Amino acid sequence: MIEIKNLHKSYKMGKNSLHVLKGINFNVEEGELVSIMGSSGSGKSTLLNILGMLDEADEGSYTLDGVPIKNLNEKLAAQYRNKFLGFIFQSFNLINYKSALDNVALPLYYQGVNRSERMERSMAYLEKVGLAAWAHHKPNELSGGQKQRVAIARALASDPKVLLADELTGALDSKTSYEIMDLIQQINDEGRTILVVTHEEDIAQMSKRIVNLKDGVIIDDRKITQVRAIQNV
Amino acid sequence: MFSLERWQEVFETISKNKLRTFLTGFSVASGIFILVILLGVSVGFQNGIESQFQNDAENIINVYPGRTALSYEGFNKGRRIQLRNEDYEVVTENSKQEIEFKSPTYQIYAGLISHGNNSGNYRVEGVLPDYQYLEKADIIEGRFINANDNKAKEKYAVIGNRVKKDLFEDESPIGKYVQVSGLNFKVIGVFTDPGGEREETRIYVPINTAQIVFGAGTDIRSMGFTLPKEENYELALKQSNAFAAQMERMLKTKLQIDPKDESALFISNNIENTKEIYVLISAMQIFFWGVGIATLLAGIIGVSNIMLIIVKERTKEIGIRKALGAEPLSIVGMILHESIFVTAISGLFGLIFGLVLLEIVGPYIELDFIKNPSVNFNIAVSTLLLLIAAGAIAGFFPAWRGARIKPIDALRDE
Ligand SMILES: Nc1ncnc2c1ncn2[C@@H]1O[C@H](COP(=O)(O)OP(=O)(O)OP(=O)(O)O)[C@@H](O)[C@H]1O
Ligand SMILES: [Mg+2]
Repeated sequence: MIEIKNLHKSYKMGKNSLHVLKGINFNVEEGELVSIMGSSGSGKSTLLNILGMLDEADEGSYTLDGVPIKNLNEKLAAQYRNKFLGFIFQSFNLINYKSALDNVALPLYYQGVNRSERMERSMAYLEKVGLAAWAHHKPNELSGGQKQRVAIARALASDPKVLLADELTGALDSKTSYEIMDLIQQINDEGRTILVVTHEEDIAQMSKRIVNLKDGVIIDDRKITQVRAIQNV
Repeated sequence: MFSLERWQEVFETISKNKLRTFLTGFSVASGIFILVILLGVSVGFQNGIESQFQNDAENIINVYPGRTALSYEGFNKGRRIQLRNEDYEVVTENSKQEIEFKSPTYQIYAGLISHGNNSGNYRVEGVLPDYQYLEKADIIEGRFINANDNKAKEKYAVIGNRVKKDLFEDESPIGKYVQVSGLNFKVIGVFTDPGGEREETRIYVPINTAQIVFGAGTDIRSMGFTLPKEENYELALKQSNAFAAQMERMLKTKLQIDPKDESALFISNNIENTKEIYVLISAMQIFFWGVGIATLLAGIIGVSNIMLIIVKERTKEIGIRKALGAEPLSIVGMILHESIFVTAISGLFGLIFGLVLLEIVGPYIELDFIKNPSVNFNIAVSTLLLLIAAGAIAGFFPAWRGARIKPIDALRDE
């Protein structure tokens, strides 16, 4: 599903340049649930942003579902993001004046799906994350866990190949975190490929594979026995 | 570009951000409102100036007969030319130019007029109804001569305010009689003339009546014409010169006068006197348009600034939209669409409010230099088009800023 080879990224700051990713190689197969770990500043978010086509690598190749991702203009990047990827952020990034339902429907709007179908499909995803009753509430009327569920429904709405989640439980207490991870596991059980950036060991243990980053290189990459989140709830 | 889906999206955004929409809309509406009022006042000024600066209709063309200076077609020179009703008809029926007001005159200069014991010598002038406008006589009591009076050869008189004061002192003259050449004329109106007291020492009677009473047959002494007002002085000059030249040709042919004869007919064309008024009015219009456009420009800049702030405030939202698959062009479209929509709707409010105000209050305004401020339909429509353009311009810069927002920067958790 994802193949990256020799990925390099540095940030220029004035005269200095900060080499953040120093030759990353790794592959993700369809249906995997991978957590990316590492200390703060190790380049986890940078890697995820490149995978999410929100940022571009300086060097190396990236292939997503057989499509080489390179020389993207903004328009093409937007189309690929819409078609291939679903994002889940630590701070949810919901649009606060839109209802939960309208937030979920947004990727479909940019896919050109008509309104009634948008609403129907979005409602189905809200149901899936257990928030059908909250469809017409604004984000500020929802708890953190509920917001993240809406964000997950939104990430799923466009039926993407890969879900990318950056610290998705970072703003949640542990009980809510596990509930969210349970949802993530269920979605993964259905076959969806998911990458999760986290620095919490217990969250990482709920994935099927842990990739450890340090100073811009992968120092460890191993499959693990998944801990089911439901047991901790 | 303006798909139904985006209409829904834009409508949702503006209706869920009411305060923001209201503030943007309010600044546009007030800008347009001011523009409309300014344009209205400019028209009012124009009306005011026109009524202030003219005693006689500004573009009046008069024809008087003289004596020939050249012999022509068997006639000796020194022949006195007499104008008749038929000459007037030739001119009015054959003129290529559109005539606004027209009247022949037949007058006696010192008619003895009396009422009871009071009497005086006044000029008695036989005219047609249009003459009221040629002379800019303002009726202050009763009415002016009308077409029926003339057709029926009524012995009606419209007297100047001076004549009224001399003969009637404080009583109302309407319906009373004055003696003209021994005949009783019923007074139907009193006029004042911005030309002053001298012009108020006249008595107007229907020309048919005057010709009979003074035994003139079909003789007339002069005729006067005005042409409709033109866009600008050059056009007015061109029209009035063409009219005068054509009239001269027709009359000289009909009256058998040598085309080169310069003393047989006198055509006074005072169009040149109007030049200043035209210049003044156009300067005024330029001034008001200038102020209006400046106001609108300030409005556009204001809206543009508000939109910029809105875009900044929405940076995160735009980042989210982009991350979810919004192309830069769709962001531009969304912001422009909103800007144009809000500008157009609120501008329309300002426009209508301004127009309604002018419509209601305008007619009551009659200061020295402002009279009946109003805005015509064309100006209203062009203002509306200007508005939509303004919305597009005001939205463009913010839209462009919005399109350049990088989702990765917008979404970075602070
Ligand atoms: N836009 C940028 N410009 C300059 N430096 C940047 C930029 N983004 C990230 N960095 C730097 O790159 C390094 C890696 O950042 P990154 O966000 O990938 O770390 P991370 O592993 O996600 O850390 P954390 O766990 O704190 O989120 C850090 O030192 C950071 O300061
Ligand atoms: Mg990070």
